[in-house]
Amino acid sequence: MTARIGVVTFPGSLDDRDTQRAVRLAGAEPVALWHKDKDLKQVDAVVLPGGFSYGDYLRAGAISRFSPVMETVIEQAKAGLPVLGICNGFQVLTEAHLLPGAMLGNDHLHFICRDQKLRVESAETFWTSDFRAGQEINIPLKNMDGRYVADEYTLDKLEAEGRVVFRYVARGEAAHGYGNPNGSLRDIAGITNEAGNVVGLMPHPEHAVEPLIGTGRTDGLPFFTSILKKLVNA
Amino acid sequence: MARVVVDVMLKPEILDPQGQAVQRALPRLGFEGISDVRQGKRFELEVEGPVDEAALGRIRDLAESFLANTVIEDFTVRVDEVAEAAK
Repeated sequence: MTARIGVVTFPGSLDDRDTQRAVRLAGAEPVALWHKDKDLKQVDAVVLPGGFSYGDYLRAGAISRFSPVMETVIEQAKAGLPVLGICNGFQVLTEAHLLPGAMLGNDHLHFICRDQKLRVESAETFWTSDFRAGQEINIPLKNMDGRYVADEYTLDKLEAEGRVVFRYVARGEAAHGYGNPNGSLRDIAGITNEAGNVVGLMPHPEHAVEPLIGTGRTDGLPFFTSILKKLVNA
Repeated sequence: MARVVVDVMLKPEILDPQGQAVQRALPRLGFEGISDVRQGKRFELEVEGPVDEAALGRIRDLAESFLANTVIEDFTVRVDEVAEAAK
């Protein structure tokens, strides 16, 4: 029996199929979950994919957070269910208060789409154990509302508790994917909750799982192999 | 029927690039002397039945949990007196 990883489809989700594919390539079984269905079909973990759920109306992730499927995801995430939020999924997780802070429009007001250099700050989460801390990875980034903000107290707490999981690599040529792409405070690209089971990040690991496409590297695959190992060894 | 207005604004410490873009465009339009612009959202809620303290309390809960994200935004709730008086 391999691990079953649910991928939620909201109206306006874009990357649910790519995420299912990434799950399959990592060796797990992807399970499609529907936003109107509270039933998580007994999956072992859930990914909230990228896109523009509910058109990003009101605020990105604000309406999805109240969808039936999220009722169960929120309840079970608090009880330890591993959840990964990518891009719009990260926005949903902050709106659902499963992760602290909030996402706002990019500081330059433009949609951005490029390969992005990230530094792995923590390999201690459920979704990053196949990385090593300090490792630099290159995965696609594409968003409008990617500016991570939180108050100073929250930012200090995240840093002190080792809960900043990914940072944009600030130094280097923008043309090569370096630099803070959206004005996120302290160059934060991804964070985790206290237990390490819930992780959210703006860039897209699911688009970097095969050498043929994306960045030409498979830097996104360890997200999915990390959780698989965690679940199989559990 | 009565109208209740919920105004939602980014907190003062949160950078508002849209407001800045508007502010920077003002001199080109011949508007001088505007030092800052902040952009927010306004919701107009048409309420059935009386707008008493209980109704306003429910709307405040709605604003706090849904219309505004209080991590980044402040909100105010008020009855639209002009709309009331016009009836």
